[in-house]
Amino acid sequence: MISSDIQIVLPEIILALFAMGALLGAVYTGKDKTASFLTWLTAGVFLVLGAWIGLNGQGTQEAFGGMFIDDSFSRFAKVVILFSAAAVLIVSIDYMAKRDLLRFEYPILVALATVGMMVMVSAGDLMALYMGLELQSLALYVVASLRRDSAKSTEAGLKYFVLGALSSGLLLYGASLTYGFAGTTLFSGILTAVGHDVSIGLLFGMVFMMSGFAFKVSAAPFHMWTPDVYEGSPTPVTAFFATAPKVAAMGLFARVVYDAFGGVVGDWQQIVMMLSILSMFVGAIAAIGQTNIKRLMAYSSIAHMGFALMGLAAGTAMGVEAMLVYMSIYVTMNIGTFAFILSMEKDGKPVTEIKALSMYSKKEPLKALALLVLMFSLAGVPPMLGFMGKLAVFRAALEADLVWLAVAAGIASVIGAFYYLRVVYYMYFGEDSDALDGTMSPVAWGMLVASAVIMLVGIVNLFGIVPMAAEAAQALVN
Amino acid sequence: MVEFFTTTNLGILLLTVGQCLLVLVPLLVALAFLMYADRKVWAAVQMRKGPNIVGVFGLLQSFADFIKYIVKEIVVPAGADKFVFFLAPLISFVMAVIAWAVIPFNDGWVLADINVAILYVFAISSLEVYGVIMGGWASNSKYPFLGSLRSAAQMISYEVSIGLIIIGVIISTGSMNFGDIVRAQDGYGILSWYFIPHFPMLFLFFISALAETNRPPFDLPEAESELVAGYQVEYSSTPFLLFMIGELTAVVLMCALVSLLFLGGWLSPVEFLPDGILWMVAKMVFCFFIFAMVKAITPRYRYDQLMRLGWKVFLPMSLAWVVLVSFLAKFEVLGGFWARWVIGG
Amino acid sequence: MSVAAIAFYCFALTTVAGGLFTVVSRNPVHSVLWLILSFLSSAGLFVLLGAEFIAMLLMIVYVGAVAVLFLFVVMMLDIDFAELKAEMAKYMPLALLIGVIILLQLAMAYGSWAYSDGFETRLAAPQGDMQNTAALGLLVYDKYIMLFQLAGLILLVAMIGAIVLTLRHRQNIKRQDVLAQLYRDPAKAMELKDIKPGQGL
Repeated sequence: MISSDIQIVLPEIILALFAMGALLGAVYTGKDKTASFLTWLTAGVFLVLGAWIGLNGQGTQEAFGGMFIDDSFSRFAKVVILFSAAAVLIVSIDYMAKRDLLRFEYPILVALATVGMMVMVSAGDLMALYMGLELQSLALYVVASLRRDSAKSTEAGLKYFVLGALSSGLLLYGASLTYGFAGTTLFSGILTAVGHDVSIGLLFGMVFMMSGFAFKVSAAPFHMWTPDVYEGSPTPVTAFFATAPKVAAMGLFARVVYDAFGGVVGDWQQIVMMLSILSMFVGAIAAIGQTNIKRLMAYSSIAHMGFALMGLAAGTAMGVEAMLVYMSIYVTMNIGTFAFILSMEKDGKPVTEIKALSMYSKKEPLKALALLVLMFSLAGVPPMLGFMGKLAVFRAALEADLVWLAVAAGIASVIGAFYYLRVVYYMYFGEDSDALDGTMSPVAWGMLVASAVIMLVGIVNLFGIVPMAAEAAQALVN
Repeated sequence: MVEFFTTTNLGILLLTVGQCLLVLVPLLVALAFLMYADRKVWAAVQMRKGPNIVGVFGLLQSFADFIKYIVKEIVVPAGADKFVFFLAPLISFVMAVIAWAVIPFNDGWVLADINVAILYVFAISSLEVYGVIMGGWASNSKYPFLGSLRSAAQMISYEVSIGLIIIGVIISTGSMNFGDIVRAQDGYGILSWYFIPHFPMLFLFFISALAETNRPPFDLPEAESELVAGYQVEYSSTPFLLFMIGELTAVVLMCALVSLLFLGGWLSPVEFLPDGILWMVAKMVFCFFIFAMVKAITPRYRYDQLMRLGWKVFLPMSLAWVVLVSFLAKFEVLGGFWARWVIGG
Repeated sequence: MSVAAIAFYCFALTTVAGGLFTVVSRNPVHSVLWLILSFLSSAGLFVLLGAEFIAMLLMIVYVGAVAVLFLFVVMMLDIDFAELKAEMAKYMPLALLIGVIILLQLAMAYGSWAYSDGFETRLAAPQGDMQNTAALGLLVYDKYIMLFQLAGLILLVAMIGAIVLTLRHRQNIKRQDVLAQLYRDPAKAMELKDIKPGQGL
């Protein structure tokens, strides 16, 4: 039994062993001198594992008595997580090295957080869910305050930690209520126990758990930590926060609502719809007043989570498929955007003011153009890939007869377009200024341009991810 | 009559109280003489006479001290947290005493024969630190406070290695009951005792026990040259006495643990002599003698060296030993020398 | 009432009272002491449940180590808790409102608590007739091995995190190198001179 189980969790085991081996190796050799190499190596391992999982896995397998599920849904999420984490690691090397932040623990903590995320999306049991979540969160708390001598970074870490602990508490409380109702922590057991009728105690458990998830995906009204943490953390860490953990938390959210509460779609659908609408509007409206681009991206991510949740709210396989497509596009856009934000500096110091982008198009027309494409895509302007993502979730919502949700989402996305366009406005029509200098590392430049090109080219067939997402969604919803 | 003691609630209660007294009274009387022995050994090493006035050879010295402590005035420092101030010595004393509930003196001669006896002793001895911390804090005075902080760090550090050493013994036995642990050392007399298969751990355990009980050379919480007397500075009269008895009881408990875990408890070292309580007592007295000798002949450690020893030397060594013993026991090396359940313990 | 029942009520009462006083105590050190009392009583409850191994672990880990460190930190902190509490008092009405609402909701949830159909069939089967330490070992190292290892990874992350966030390699301070001291060769470190009486150096 054990050897076949290990076969199934092999990617996670390899990654965990790699992290521990790298830790030992780095401690006994050059310590921080190995950091750059180690970051590249970790990214390489992520890519190899991602490719392996993507190409190799098939069908649905369960390990450890159903505690760990390997199906096409989890594989899809894992591939997105691994690739985006690798991209963020590669982009961040230059920035961190320049600011003396590149410590060898950084890639190791990211690797361990990634193990946690992989367990999260594969969880088939409340306990496995919690373990994965805590592994991921704990590593993230630490990297958030990686810049120890900055009060903001420390604040970010502490705030994230305290609020994260609170949300974990909510989640655990909900999980214990659910266990108390069902008598088992296995999702499959909960599914049969729940049937098609929710008792009030179970309802409370479900609401508590979903509050915890909403916190982890930073959906309103549990989004308060996001702007501060995004602003305070070192920018590469912010980039990481905005990508892989979001996918993992979304995957976990979908996993729980379908695998454990799949019989009572109507009950959780209301909650998800509520979260979705609030997130879209909070993200769109609160972002308008922001002057700091990292805070802007924080609100942007809140709004995007709202859209992704809309797919989930549809409660159909099509909705899950739309959510997965949306998350993949979102992650790609964010990597490009953060590759640009990482290169914003003046006299060697990072700049995060939006105003600093004034007339950037004159100085760097190509980069400005790439950012323009990304901003349009984030806003969901038609020819870009971002529009396709939005289209998918809208269609899912409409198919599920959630017309009013789709209408609200339309309004929110129009409001949201304003602040993305403002960034573009500054770049092309702002006052002349000299707020940015410095060059971009070739890697970051490559990421920025590649991501922009993907936004334009991908429109053709979305690189064929739709059928994969559809298969993944089918595996989850059945 | 027998029925009364085994069936009715009152009878069981009386029986239990009687058993407790049967352990406690001899223990406390023995403590008085051990205290005397401690001082005598110390004196002999330093070529002094030691106590020799009260009673024959000064044998009654401890009792004289006892009466002296009792009749002195209790001084409570101004600004002390009274409740905690008096709670501290009580905890110190009670914790030291209740650990004896699970210590067997002979096969089956034990107050509470529980499955997790060794964990119980370990838990209780880890609670002893509270007496010291609370006493130091409640005195509202600098030296006691420093002493209590030191002792908190010190006791926690050494508990870790004690715990790991105990795990090695538990692995070898397959049980956490003291009776089982001792019975597992039965066989070829002294050759079967755990101090041979667990050889280096006997010393680690002994040294950790010194640190855990704040005995010299690790008596930094009460280092008189730096901290006057650490957490005991503000204590006088009976509370001080309780601290002292508590400390000494803890030392004797550690002697009992060494005897049970590594020296075969009540088992006889040679096969032609019968097992019995006398062996247990003799082993404890021997351990206590070593404790007293260490006190007499070693200089006090520096605090950072103490911490270094605990975390950087003892912890890795005991951890490595646990791993090693697990392998030796699992694969029954040397015919189950480390896996006594195979031999039939 | 049986002895076990009396013991249960004693432990349960002290657990709750300890928890309450942890919150309301003015002195933070007293709070921690109450917390310890609470831990101890819960250990007692575990014993009554027949889970003596967990009870002992609770005592060793929480009371013997975690709470000592709490106490350590609280005693060292120089924070005016009265001032903090005054600050907090401002939000008291709101907090009370939220607390009461949640309490009512929970009362509602528990008041009409219903187990799912076939609740008993889904409960984990008892581990047969063995000591609970052995039973726990069989579960943790076999059925739940993945969770156990993940928990280990979480602790590893906590350790790495603590080191990353606090360890600073300060230059310009003297460090003790024990090995160098041990391997110091007296023959090289010092020189013995035999001085003849009356001659001097």
